[in-house]
Amino acid sequence: MTVIETKGITKVYNPKKVPVHALRGVDLTIRKGEFTAIVGPSGSGKTTLLNIIGGLDQASSGVVIVDGVDITRISDNKLIDFRKEKIGFVFQAYNLIPVLTAAENVEFIMLLQGISKDKRQKRVVELLKSVGIEDQADKRPSKLSGGQQQRVAVARALASKPSFVLADEPTANLDSKSTAQLLDIMAKLNQEEGMTFIFSTHDQRVIDRARRVVTLEDGMIISDVTR
Amino acid sequence: MQMMILLAWRNIWRNKRRTAITISSIFFAVLFSIFMLALQNGSWGRMIDNALSSYFGYGQIHKKGYYDDPGINTLMEYTSDWKGKSKNIEHLKDFVPRLESFAMASYGNQTKGVMINGIDPKKENALTKLSGKITEGKYLELNDTAVMIAEGLASQLKIGVGDTIVFISQGYHGVNSAGKYTVKGLLHFGPPDLNKMMVYMPLPEAQQFFGCENLISTLIIDIDDRSNLPGIIKKLKSQVEPDLHEVIEWEQLVPNLLAAKQAKLNGVYIFMLILYTIISFGIFGTILMMIKERSYEFGILIGIGMKRKLLSMVVMLEIILLGMAGVFAGVIAAIPLVNYFRVNPIDMSHMEKGLDNMFDQYGFEPVLPTAFDISTFVSQAIIVFVICLLLATFAVWKIYHVKPVESMKN
Repeated sequence: MTVIETKGITKVYNPKKVPVHALRGVDLTIRKGEFTAIVGPSGSGKTTLLNIIGGLDQASSGVVIVDGVDITRISDNKLIDFRKEKIGFVFQAYNLIPVLTAAENVEFIMLLQGISKDKRQKRVVELLKSVGIEDQADKRPSKLSGGQQQRVAVARALASKPSFVLADEPTANLDSKSTAQLLDIMAKLNQEEGMTFIFSTHDQRVIDRARRVVTLEDGMIISDVTR
Repeated sequence: MQMMILLAWRNIWRNKRRTAITISSIFFAVLFSIFMLALQNGSWGRMIDNALSSYFGYGQIHKKGYYDDPGINTLMEYTSDWKGKSKNIEHLKDFVPRLESFAMASYGNQTKGVMINGIDPKKENALTKLSGKITEGKYLELNDTAVMIAEGLASQLKIGVGDTIVFISQGYHGVNSAGKYTVKGLLHFGPPDLNKMMVYMPLPEAQQFFGCENLISTLIIDIDDRSNLPGIIKKLKSQVEPDLHEVIEWEQLVPNLLAAKQAKLNGVYIFMLILYTIISFGIFGTILMMIKERSYEFGILIGIGMKRKLLSMVVMLEIILLGMAGVFAGVIAAIPLVNYFRVNPIDMSHMEKGLDNMFDQYGFEPVLPTAFDISTFVSQAIIVFVICLLLATFAVWKIYHVKPVESMKN
């Protein structure tokens, strides 16, 4: 089952002054349950591709179909709703809400979805347990290590029961131990719950664990290997 | 809603310094604006009180037509009925009778036009504190056949206490009026015009001089507090015979004073506008600081699915809470401040000599008190709070223009 389909995506920054072609016609299909790494050198267009797939940025041309919806044609308000319901985000810098505790960060997205308090709290406990930091639930992000924050970010990404999780350089700020723990958690969620993960990375440890590796260079896919 | 309040509340305490600066700027804005307005209202209230209590009173009763065409032939009877009326009306202290007309005054070879005021010395003193203006000689008694004259007039006529002054005028219904009186006292008036023309004579003597026994030109309304005036005027108007008498309020008696007050207040409003502008920039600075500090977070929140409208509401709630705290603190601090200067007015007599003279020239006390008026507190609190809300719309505008990717890059 296809979750994401991009057709001929291009992205040009500064089109009127000094055009920078970040993506040059990317066609990519992601199916449910994939564990995909998008790799490539800095400036190859990995993050831009992820942002466009996640509806955080707009393509200059082309089509992005997520769960059967062309997200390049929907309004800003509907796109926000779409992100909330369909996509889980894990960012390189964790991007947790600093004034909320770990549990509240996970709960926040469900609150936006209008889920009842009982269900929210039950799921928060489950998710924090699944990422192994249930004992840190009442701590704010500033009191957590980088690895712990990223695990909270993963729990938050999964809270809304999204169609897939987009992770932009999720291990870039983590040490080896935290990276291994995070990858174990995500691999487990992928295998046991069938959650689709798409990473952008140049971390070899992540690339080694991915079952599909899409390589970008100069805004184009130069290889797509499924292992 | 609960999460919105929680987010707003925690964001407020997230950067204590920013919160303190924002609340302080709102606090001082409210405090200054209340104090400035209270000082202006109080000073003008005192000046009006000074002007009215020194001569005109807060209202006057005349024979119908006197206000439009004042003259010695438009007089009203002064009977004991008026005393009964004053007792029936709450906050009305007394009626003070006066017989006012013009005459020529002469001493030696000097002649001068003067205004003769026939007065009941005790009642007049209760209203205008006239005895306090005596600079030489003694205050009048009701049965005296003497006069008190302004010292400027005495200087022009080269006359002193104990000398005899002669008056000639046209009396009631054209009778010839003439008489000579001993100068019993000299009076000092601040306004130069009054100081050159005022003559005070006991009422019975003045009535005899003008040939109008039991008649007066003006009955001045002496009241306990200006705020009670509208009620008193209303009752008086219902009690007097509309065909015989007219009740005139101070705004009609001294329109120049009212116009001067309005002109001065317009200046104050311009000053307040400048103050509000400075205040607005202060508050706007803290809002800008907040937006700059949190644009990254705004990008994340919108990125993960928080609608711009909801995020705007959280930020608005934060600014409303900060605004309420600052406004409340400002009002609380302003209460004792305004009250202190109401009881202990700023004394201008210790200032420059010229300033002191200026107050004396206009007949005003050289003090600037504040007015403790609830409407001043409420209006300034509302204005500053509305300024906060208006400035908060900039934050909302910014949220509606956040691009998640760009914000997160920053």
